[in-house]
Amino acid sequence: MARYGMVIDTTRCVGCMDCVVACKTENGVPDGYCRDWISEEARGTYPTVQLELRSERCNHCDRPPCVACCPTGASHVEEELGRIVLVAHDLCIGCKACLSSCPYDARFIHPEGYADKCTFCAHRVRKGLEPACVAVCPTRCMHFGDLDDPHSEVAQLLESRRHHALLAEAGTSPSIFYLT
Amino acid sequence: MADITELTVHRLNPMVDPGLHVWGWEIPVYLFLGGLVAGLMILTGVFLLRRRQARPRASWSLLSGLGIALLSLGMLALFLDLEHKAYVWRLYTTFQITSPMSWGAWILLLVYPALLASFLLRVPAALRRLFPVLQRASGWLRGRPGLVRWVAMLDVVFGTLLGIYTGILLSSLGARPLWNSALLGPLFLVSGLSSAAAFAHLVSRDHEESTLLVRADNGFLAAELVLFVLFFVGLLSATQVHIQAARLLLGGPFTAVFWVFVVGVGIVLPLALQLLAVRRRIAHTALAPVLVIAGGLALRFVLVYAGQMSHWR
Repeated sequence: MARYGMVIDTTRCVGCMDCVVACKTENGVPDGYCRDWISEEARGTYPTVQLELRSERCNHCDRPPCVACCPTGASHVEEELGRIVLVAHDLCIGCKACLSSCPYDARFIHPEGYADKCTFCAHRVRKGLEPACVAVCPTRCMHFGDLDDPHSEVAQLLESRRHHALLAEAGTSPSIFYLT
Repeated sequence: MADITELTVHRLNPMVDPGLHVWGWEIPVYLFLGGLVAGLMILTGVFLLRRRQARPRASWSLLSGLGIALLSLGMLALFLDLEHKAYVWRLYTTFQITSPMSWGAWILLLVYPALLASFLLRVPAALRRLFPVLQRASGWLRGRPGLVRWVAMLDVVFGTLLGIYTGILLSSLGARPLWNSALLGPLFLVSGLSSAAAFAHLVSRDHEESTLLVRADNGFLAAELVLFVLFFVGLLSATQVHIQAARLLLGGPFTAVFWVFVVGVGIVLPLALQLLAVRRRIAHTALAPVLVIAGGLALRFVLVYAGQMSHWR
């Protein structure tokens, strides 16, 4: 069974936020909210400080705490679509347990009342297209595919490049990896 | 030159940034009332199992009726917190075994019949006159001691489940390090028992029962102090994020409110007053039980608010 994920090359990302604008446009994300965002992490001792720019979003974890804590099954793993983590709006009661359970703070409450977040553009993926953020990236730093397929571009990149995931220590087994 | 580790996140989602604050007053109030009612159920069950229903001035017959009212208030607070209120019924079209909130929704459905059954054992006179059917149901139930014993045991079992689940609800949310302690379940249960004993003390008109309740409450308050020590030992001997979470209460922004209102005014002061009262050094007054109840409410507020501020990065 497929496991969709992303591999993002932080050495190519320039933090232009095209991915953020593309997501908001593609998914009609309301004003004042975002499903993806840019983080800047500076590490080191001056003058040898490294700055890592990252395009971040829901990590579509393999052990998603938001799914485990959801009392209605609204938050679920879409087994037939590469185990993407989705929210069924008509099952969500807006209890916000999922917002509290996410170590990445990737979720928010949509103005209509349900929990919302990145869907990996499931509607595009179903048609064989890439998520909007990946498609528009001007530096082509983002890659989307099946992590479980050893011949996929994402699996090959992870095989050949140094990488890390966000808060792997939180035990969520995230599906987004950052090349360094 | 110092090492730099600086993270800047370009995201400003309401309720999430700059710090998570998804739960306001409604959740602490619900957790407090849920814990209080859990304690009231356990006390009622224990009183019934000890066959104390014969005592005419005893509080037990009031506790279940008040418990129904308080739990309903708590559930109203819980409902007010929901962002997608029209879909609340979705809680009851499924059971999600990994979700403490789903367990809680179903436990609440079990709690109401148990509360109602123990309420029926002695219906207040005004209600008996208004609804003769309650009088008949009460007579039928009281004529069956075996069934009364079952009601008492269900009160204890469902009360314990209700009290523990309110703590597990928070401790299962692994993204908030302050809540990552299985001790929250027992802590909330003991705090609920303590608030319930104080509450029963306030409404009791039976002197012997009041003394019994105060003695029990002293035990619960002492147990709460021990659980707090263990809670901090657990967090401080875990990872860096857990140590930082504990510091929210140990030097951080919640230090004063936690130590003054939860520990000082809510536990230590009433414990001292009640210890003196049971040794007949001072008279029993309403002060100590009121402080205990206020402390139970403050505990939920502090843990819910501080817990949301604790994070992994």
